[in-house]
Amino acid sequence: MSPRPGFVLEVDRSTPPTLFWHGERFALEKLPEGSRVIYAPEPLEALADPVAAIRHALRHPLGDRDPLPALLSPGMRLTICFDDISLPLPPMQAPDVRQLVIEQVLEMAAAAGVDDVVLVAALALHRRMTEPELRHALGDRVYDAFAPHGLLTQHDAEDPDNLVHLGQTDHGEDVEINQRAAESDLLVYVNINLVAMDGGHKSVATGLASYKSLRHHHNPKTMRHSRSFMDAPSSELHSANWRMGRFIADAGVKVFQIETTLNTDTFPSQFAFLQKREWEWNLRDRATFTATAGALDRTPPRLARQIFHSIKSPHALTSVQAGEVEAVHAVTTANVWEQQGVEVQGQTDILTMGLPYICPYNVNSIMNPILVACLGLGYFFNLYRGKPLVREGGVVILHHPTSWEFHPGHHPSYIDFFEQVLSQTTDPVEMSKAYEESFATDPWYIHLYRTGHAYHGVHPFYMWYWCAHALAHLGRVVVVGGDPKAVRRMGFSPASSMDDALEIAKDVVGPSPTLTHLHTPPILMADVK
Amino acid sequence: MKALVFERNVPRFAASRVASLLGSGKGVGVGPLRLVETDAPDLPGPDWYRVTPVLSGICGSDLATLDGRSSRYFEELVSFPFVPGHEVVGTVDDGATAADGTALAAGSRVVLEPVLGCAARRIDPPCPACAVGRTGDCELVAFGHLRPGLQIGFCADTGGGWSAAGLVAHRSQLHPVADDLSDVDAVTIEPVACAVHAALAAGIRDGDTVAVLGAGTVGLTVVAAITHLATTGRLAVPAAVLVGGRYPGQRQLAEALGATEALPSDHLARAVRRRSRSLAVGGPTTGGQRLTGGADVVVDCVGSAGSIAQALDMVRPRGRIALVGMPGKVAVDLTSLWHREVSLTGTYAYGVEHVRGDPAAAGSGGSDGGEPVRTFDLAAEVVAAKGTGRLVSARYPLERFEEAVAHAGAAGRRGAVKVAFELPTPRSRKRGNP
Repeated sequence: MSPRPGFVLEVDRSTPPTLFWHGERFALEKLPEGSRVIYAPEPLEALADPVAAIRHALRHPLGDRDPLPALLSPGMRLTICFDDISLPLPPMQAPDVRQLVIEQVLEMAAAAGVDDVVLVAALALHRRMTEPELRHALGDRVYDAFAPHGLLTQHDAEDPDNLVHLGQTDHGEDVEINQRAAESDLLVYVNINLVAMDGGHKSVATGLASYKSLRHHHNPKTMRHSRSFMDAPSSELHSANWRMGRFIADAGVKVFQIETTLNTDTFPSQFAFLQKREWEWNLRDRATFTATAGALDRTPPRLARQIFHSIKSPHALTSVQAGEVEAVHAVTTANVWEQQGVEVQGQTDILTMGLPYICPYNVNSIMNPILVACLGLGYFFNLYRGKPLVREGGVVILHHPTSWEFHPGHHPSYIDFFEQVLSQTTDPVEMSKAYEESFATDPWYIHLYRTGHAYHGVHPFYMWYWCAHALAHLGRVVVVGGDPKAVRRMGFSPASSMDDALEIAKDVVGPSPTLTHLHTPPILMADVK
Repeated sequence: MKALVFERNVPRFAASRVASLLGSGKGVGVGPLRLVETDAPDLPGPDWYRVTPVLSGICGSDLATLDGRSSRYFEELVSFPFVPGHEVVGTVDDGATAADGTALAAGSRVVLEPVLGCAARRIDPPCPACAVGRTGDCELVAFGHLRPGLQIGFCADTGGGWSAAGLVAHRSQLHPVADDLSDVDAVTIEPVACAVHAALAAGIRDGDTVAVLGAGTVGLTVVAAITHLATTGRLAVPAAVLVGGRYPGQRQLAEALGATEALPSDHLARAVRRRSRSLAVGGPTTGGQRLTGGADVVVDCVGSAGSIAQALDMVRPRGRIALVGMPGKVAVDLTSLWHREVSLTGTYAYGVEHVRGDPAAAGSGGSDGGEPVRTFDLAAEVVAAKGTGRLVSARYPLERFEEAVAHAGAAGRRGAVKVAFELPTPRSRKRGNP
């Protein structure tokens, strides 16, 4: 039986309560009659033989590229770059798709006699991955073959000795990327395309870039004009990356892009209820939910966090395509939409979201308040094509504990951003002018980014900029069950319950609002007509 | 008349020390402080006058004494029994002459400069410090015709502010209060004078980053003093005054009094690091609080082992730490003071300051050069400009001294700053005070 497409449920009297994520916990909320709940499509069928599919893609490239074996020759410099810890979410069960792809690339390289091979984790301004994280992404065999010899590196956006400034685009954008990658005879990029925003020219133009380059598109203006990030033709972020990507190609950097898509099989079988529609929960699902929710309520937050971060997703490979960047990405994007797309008729006054424990920037870490905002307003709000799910001046209700808590090793500049910037302004434009540069060039943050496992000093600004479109669009943001102080610091309204949140929302949108709930994860993309 | 008297009583002293382990001010009920009937002290000699207190503040040093936490250093510098209270606004009972020669009619309001220097002790010639007006540095506070006592409020011969019976003060200690200054403003002149002296002694230079540890009365008045003196050209202009305060109300007051930024105490080092663009030693998981660079000047308004250590961690090499909070016996690792050539200076009381009146020459600040001006005159100016009377959060009658001291001991937590005793004079009830 083929998987069912996404679905928009209209809540009536018989509809059971709706599951909301609440960080490391869950809540069941009885939504008002007439509300809509958007469910993700069921997982597409996995490729039966992922390795064969990968080998086929490498030998049958898309666009103006020769098959990979034809691009490999003795004496050449080959650099294989790969997406970092931020993808996929949650991290997938071993073997990770990056391992599967890179093993095949290395096999072909070995067969061609290529012996100058370097692996680069495309971090951009993200934190460096730990050895266990690298081993998980690449597998022990690849890790042990490269890491001890210094041939497994992580992109350092602050290493002047390993960056090369290729020039400026016709829009005056600096293009500065990893020197080893730029000066190799072939740059193979291994991508995991979890959402439509990933991949394409963004892989190299962002993943291997420096702050000098990234600031041209990671800024409030670009973010406000990306409507949405997930819809390439309407995304200024996408346009800037495409200009840079084409500039990189014109500068002579030969990129062989390998993109993969995963299905929405997001949680292991013991959490099957998370992927089902509530009215289809069977006795076992109800029992599992009750037991799980009850246990989590009694579990200290730190332990609950450890438990959730140990989850490995059963994501399965649904497609792999390789070759020239734009040709590859066109197919990839279509495949992502096939898996995630849900048609939705019209906008809503109130959009509700239950935010989970994880986002791209807190894998094995703490979901601090800025990341809560980014996940809700940066990512989930932008999971649309056409029009935002919520109307202009509408309200978004987030469901998350939003604890005033930060990982000091991973997010040091976030702490200062929260204390010293958000206490002064929540306006992305104002903060970018007044504070961004001092954070971006702060020597301590740079030191921690380069030598520890810290996100770059400017990263919290980028997280806030991700919210810029939503902040400009919405009349109010309400957080259910969040730490009131942390919520207020961000300019949002705290609410102790969904009922309270709806009352607050009605002050903004009127007494008889329409309400839509985004039932994610699993990830879905709303095609709003 | 009622007065609170502190007696030498070792068992009660020990009891208060134990009880204060539960919190500052908790031991007052079992300690050596007692409410008694007493008469006004005798006038010790010519140029002494009777003063009837109107308001008298409870200072951190008073709390330390009541808690049994004061250093034994003071044992030879006080005399028992004494009536505490050295932050005093009151009225002269009879006609008097003020320190500046002003003739004061009976009933005139005065604030006390409580230090009992050589003039008050009838020591002539005076010690070198008193000879140049630095009465806070008087070398002879245990000598002369008075019994030992650093200040009124610690001397058996003078009485103190926590008394309805009144006290006696030497003309050198009397400062008239301007008519437009309320009693609650006036009672802050003495602590503000300490702050003015500290601000000038801290060696602040133009463009400095100044970190202030603590936002109780001392920290807040230091902020008021620095910002007022800087904006009026009597002190160099720092680039930023960052304040670490434990309680939100304190932080709001710090910013209202002119701080560039007031943060929770444990966030101050982060803010200093950001502003000084330092690196840090110790790694991010420890908060990275041992800065490689840091603040040019740290003003420690707490005076604990922890605050001194914190100051050392956030001051730059060759930077300066001004210790304003009264420390007592503390254990601190001074390795970084040695290694980074940090100057640690104590600042106590007041006297005469040498400040530049010309704003263009304000860069040097401190006490070098310039015309001499009494610290109390500068303090009165700061009080009027900044409205430091707002720091007086509660007033109690003497009879409720246990509540008053407990309130003062928990001031920050209870949203208060300065707690004062209100003495039962008809005039104090008439004035429009908060």
